[in-house]
Amino acid sequence: MGQDFWTYFWVVGTFGTYIAIALWARASSTDDFYVAGHDVHPMVNGMATAADWMSAASFLSMAGLIAFLGYGGSVYLMGWTGGYVLLALLLAPFLREFGKFTVPDFVGDRYYSTAARLIAVVCALFVSFTYIAGQMKGVGVAFSGFLGVEFNTGIIVGMGIVFVYAVLGGMKGITYTQVAQYCVLIFAYTVPAIFISLIITGNPIPQLGFISNVKGEDISMLEKLNTVVSDLGFLEYTKTDKTMVDVFAITGALMFGTAGLPHVIIRFFTVSSAGAARVSAGWALVFIALLYTTAPAVASFARLNFIDTVNESTYIADGADYDAEAAAIVAAGGKPTPKWFKDWEKTGLLGVEDKNGDGVIQYRAGPENEVTKLDRDIFVMANPSIASLPAWVIGLVVAGGLAAALSTAAGLLMVISSSISHDLCRRTFFKDMSDKDELRVARASAAGAVILAGIMGMNTAKLGFVAQVVAFAFGLAAASLFPVIVLGIFWKRMNREGAIASMLTGLISTFSYIYYFKFVDTDPANWWFGVSPEGIGFVFMFLSLVVGVVVALMTAPPPQDVQDLVEDIRVPGTRTSHGIADEGMAPMPAE
Amino acid sequence: MSEPSKEIDGKGYWREVVRLTLVLLVIWFAVSYGAGILFRDWLDNVSIGGAPLGFWFAQNGSIYVFVGLIFYYCRAMNRLEKKYGVEG
Repeated sequence: MGQDFWTYFWVVGTFGTYIAIALWARASSTDDFYVAGHDVHPMVNGMATAADWMSAASFLSMAGLIAFLGYGGSVYLMGWTGGYVLLALLLAPFLREFGKFTVPDFVGDRYYSTAARLIAVVCALFVSFTYIAGQMKGVGVAFSGFLGVEFNTGIIVGMGIVFVYAVLGGMKGITYTQVAQYCVLIFAYTVPAIFISLIITGNPIPQLGFISNVKGEDISMLEKLNTVVSDLGFLEYTKTDKTMVDVFAITGALMFGTAGLPHVIIRFFTVSSAGAARVSAGWALVFIALLYTTAPAVASFARLNFIDTVNESTYIADGADYDAEAAAIVAAGGKPTPKWFKDWEKTGLLGVEDKNGDGVIQYRAGPENEVTKLDRDIFVMANPSIASLPAWVIGLVVAGGLAAALSTAAGLLMVISSSISHDLCRRTFFKDMSDKDELRVARASAAGAVILAGIMGMNTAKLGFVAQVVAFAFGLAAASLFPVIVLGIFWKRMNREGAIASMLTGLISTFSYIYYFKFVDTDPANWWFGVSPEGIGFVFMFLSLVVGVVVALMTAPPPQDVQDLVEDIRVPGTRTSHGIADEGMAPMPAE
Repeated sequence: MSEPSKEIDGKGYWREVVRLTLVLLVIWFAVSYGAGILFRDWLDNVSIGGAPLGFWFAQNGSIYVFVGLIFYYCRAMNRLEKKYGVEG
């Protein structure tokens, strides 16, 4: 069986499964559509959350990114997992006890203010759209790179699939497809990782291989990697050229941003109680940790293996008989460029230029480097071929990348659709809308959002600024959403005026800083306190907290109804309806 | 949602919840920002397997502790809920 057969086999097979699940899990009410009837099992929700969370970037790019950044890549590992501790301890159980559908629901009701609700909607929409464009781009890349389908056609196919299960099934359809997608992506990630760990260290568990010796040698894998990379002129793998302040700030922005991301938070509305929300956050992190503790191992193995096999290898020209040439090179005591390198060169992810004309590839840090193109995605994508795994595994990795992109896109679509149908229509402009009408609008806005996201995906690819805007998503979630939610739960005295001031401070300061230093003045020397745009959300989160508290203390305390509401959500099982706080919508019960 | 059948000491319960949360957040801070960033150079003098300890905490160790923290929190909260007669 050829490579194309297996790739199509896995992609078509998994897509068919997602659609079958969607048809089975159709939503019949707004309860089903927004929160999957709020009776999802905590472990199932944990798995769905993991798929929701791990995007195309986590699956395809993160290991490669760490491979190049070494210690500097730790910001993603700690940042994107540590946020779940904050979610479990500070947000998820209380928001579930609050018992409504969306993040703007909480902000609007807790702060008895339409203005606060609308600002939260703006944040949620902005964060979700920046994020979803990247997912759609990932879908396009996977299709165009591996199935020989055109980029835009790939996006349209991806949109079609998400359309079916998000529009039909809402949160219910999304939850169960995400479970299937998690299984596909984790299998696709760990199988090649196990084999490459065996090759490099002889240990089948990548996390243990990470701290073991190189197979058959008396030197630890990381020590060898440090020596090898510094010999070639690169920075030692366990070091970074980022300042400690910046590493600290970026980790913080990613952690608090993770906890404030609406598409992650809403997943915890789907379980039955506050206790279930806590356990569910734990399971989510277990499932995420499986991939996130494997990634740094894969990163270091891949970097070491790449240098070992490619550097100083004799290049075999295109069109030559690879096997015969390779045998001749080995016979002459040389090292042929590996076959997988030749294969991946065709995709444009790798490129070489024989600058000194010696027929041998030199991989270096300086200008004499001959590996002119080395895409970071290559390390995950090429892993199966590096480990000489059968063709079916390579096809599976493509399906895994698509699963990661589609599951995240679907979660984001839910936020966009509920922001429009629930927060804007039902809760703000047409308060007497029936449940049936709301469901219809929810479906229509999910459909509209899919199309808009697809169009954005097609265009961001041309503009190439996806990586730049991700900083916006985390920074804004950390600086504008996280503080008001936490203060809303842990500080009864927090009021409407404080909340609005806090959100606006976070939104405007973070947006301006990132915009200025990403697009106007790109010189890192001018950053404030040496904090990069990626990390600034962390700094402005504290500013937003302080502004919120000061403004709240200078203005009138919140009404008694709201203070009672806060007491209720702190103590599970005591939630009752409270006048103005629950006027527009009754809380859903816990079972 | 059910009407509380007997008086619950909500304030006492909440005080204990906040104390527990703070303790766990201190550990959360110590393993990531502490071991992985602030005291990394110092910890790197020790190694675990073949990895410098601070580096390992930043890339693997902190994540394991995070998982442990959440599950410990779940257990401790269940105990607190039982103690105060709160239904989680």
